[in-house]
Amino acid sequence: MKATLQALRKWAVQTARLCCGVPDYDVYLQHLREHHPERKLPSYEEFFRERQEARYKGGGGRCC
Amino acid sequence: MQAVTSRQTSPASRILWVAIAIVGAFCLGVVALRRGEPINAIWLVAASIAIFVIGYRYYGKFVEHSVLRLDPTRAPPSVLRNDGLDYVPTDKWVVFGHHFAAIAGAGPLVGPVLAAQMGYLPGTIWILFGVVFAGAVQDFMILGLSLRRDARSLGHMLRQELGPLPGIVAMIGVLVLMMIVLAVLALVVVKALTHSPWGTFTVACTIPIALLMGGYLRWFRPGRILEVSIIGLVLLLASIWFGKIVYDTPALATLFDFDAKALAWLLIAYGFCASVLPVWLLLAPRDYLSTFLKIGTIALLALAIFLSAPMLQMPAVTKFIDGSGPVFSGNLFPFLFITIACGAVSGWHSIIASGTTPKLLANEGQARLVGYGGMLMEAFVAIMALVAAASLHPGVYFAMNSPGAIIGTTVQDAATTISQWGFVVTPDELIQTAKNIGENTILSRAGGAPTLAVGMAQLLHNILPGGGMMAFWYHYAILFEALFILTTVDAGTRVGRFMIQEIAGLIHKPLQETASWTGNLLATAICVFLWGYFLYQGAVDPLGGINTLWPLFGIANQMLAAIALMLATVVVVTLKRERFVWVPGIPALWLIVCTLTAGYEKLVGPISFTAAASKYSAALQQGQLLAPAKSTAAMQQIVTNNYVDMALTGLFMALIVAMVLFSLRALIKAWQTNHPTAHEEPYVALSSVAG
Repeated sequence: MKATLQALRKWAVQTARLCCGVPDYDVYLQHLREHHPERKLPSYEEFFRERQEARYKGGGGRCC
Repeated sequence: MQAVTSRQTSPASRILWVAIAIVGAFCLGVVALRRGEPINAIWLVAASIAIFVIGYRYYGKFVEHSVLRLDPTRAPPSVLRNDGLDYVPTDKWVVFGHHFAAIAGAGPLVGPVLAAQMGYLPGTIWILFGVVFAGAVQDFMILGLSLRRDARSLGHMLRQELGPLPGIVAMIGVLVLMMIVLAVLALVVVKALTHSPWGTFTVACTIPIALLMGGYLRWFRPGRILEVSIIGLVLLLASIWFGKIVYDTPALATLFDFDAKALAWLLIAYGFCASVLPVWLLLAPRDYLSTFLKIGTIALLALAIFLSAPMLQMPAVTKFIDGSGPVFSGNLFPFLFITIACGAVSGWHSIIASGTTPKLLANEGQARLVGYGGMLMEAFVAIMALVAAASLHPGVYFAMNSPGAIIGTTVQDAATTISQWGFVVTPDELIQTAKNIGENTILSRAGGAPTLAVGMAQLLHNILPGGGMMAFWYHYAILFEALFILTTVDAGTRVGRFMIQEIAGLIHKPLQETASWTGNLLATAICVFLWGYFLYQGAVDPLGGINTLWPLFGIANQMLAAIALMLATVVVVTLKRERFVWVPGIPALWLIVCTLTAGYEKLVGPISFTAAASKYSAALQQGQLLAPAKSTAAMQQIVTNNYVDMALTGLFMALIVAMVLFSLRALIKAWQTNHPTAHEEPYVALSSVAG
């Protein structure tokens, strides 16, 4: 029961963030560690700012 | 493989599907056949859900396996190009939530409300069949095509499959469509806030609230979106509550009491500022708030309909199917199919289905849930909007949605005119409704938002009664629609600005620099001028604006849908799957016929822009003034506006005809070739890259 609730919460938070154009931070860190170990890991704040700028750079992305 | 296993259905599942089909058919029978007595909205909702699940299970699956031939063993772009940011294999329900939040907007809420003038049945039937056979097919097929092409955009795919020129033609269409969308949506806000101090105050409050949230996110608690959104929501609710005080205090009320023209100018100025300022300050926090509020309110609307189970007071079919309706002019064919665009089939979705979504899907096998299923959810929102409008007193509905030029500007005139149409209503009922929702008047508030807000307020009031609560719910609904419309206007102006800067960069390179203030201000000004022109035109329009501009928006949106479906048709043939060419081909043909007929009727004949222009110019020559124009300059302006609308309609028709010719050329060529020529990326097995 507790595990289900936790999974539900994780899903809700991840979906809510993605709807605002912020992908999963942990997934990005893992990607950097695996594929680009030479790069510095950004803090969540840096990551968030970069994504916020990127969301409104162009492209459609939103409906009527 | 997948196709073979899916045929082995268990007897239990077969019984279940037969049961769903029987329940659905029975509900639909009740909706369609019971005449002369009002029916409960639950019949309509149940029939819709049954049709959606059957469409998803059978037609969606057919498109997946036979037409697109999606393959769960194939590596999607999210896996092949995984960069942890844009391309990330993501849980399918997360992608579904994201996709739905991106496609759902004001469109499915406005169109069905306007179409309710013909009764609830025509709109319902078009939404249900339109979505299963056209709208969901379009979203799903474009998503499927993009998945096989490195998650490329619609424009890119058009250039690749049809050639460079058709790509450019389609992109011009998208830019013009975007300007019309922004103008029409902004006009919905203007209509909702005209002489409404309470509404104007709460919407104005969203600006300081967003600035506060922006600062909080930037300096105090960076990146804590959910936390700051909750704070923002509490402040918003407080501003609705405080709005009542503003409305009750004459000295404060006059500060927030504007006419349509003034509101149009304020929105134009606001749109300019919002898209020049840094995104973190105003645009982004507003975006977070409106996204969450949107999902929450759609859920609230569903809950209200299920719990209060309203009776549908609007007749199933009204006499206005003959084209004489006050809300929008034109016959059922083609104008119903233009008026309800989002919800049945919407061209905009093809941009989203070839945008972020294909970069996130972890497996081709999940595309039906997201592409087809996401659109069914949107159609459900449209059905709910239709229910909210049809459960209103028809007299109130027509008072709110008819232009002042038709029903007059006093409650007495309006009640007399509307009662003569057969929807008996007294002036007192109109005054009482306005009073209940905390407004001075409800007359001529076209545009869908206020009608939906009254409908929602009544539904919520049924389940949560309380003195004065109806006014609170009404302003909550107005605020929610205004909030996400304004976010669309900000973001759209920004996107338009980048497009214009790119074009300007071709002429003078430095203008392309998005960081340069000259280029930035100039391009923003051009973009704001383009949609601002149509917004102001709507604000001074004799028929109230929506009546004139919504068909233009509908034609443009369905034009884009037709283009997307034509692309899908061409690809089906280039893949040498000709026997399924009808799957995207018939909806494409239907939309081409609808848009061209509607365009033609808007160019020639009694309801055309041409007729309106000549009526006003003839009066002008005789020195007469026709309402609402109060000067010859205003008369001249109306004539010019109608000429501009004519030119635009002509442009849209030319774009469609051009795209039809390009598609036919590609179709004939592909038909004569005896091997597949589509530009799919080569197959890579998922098992060879995953893990």
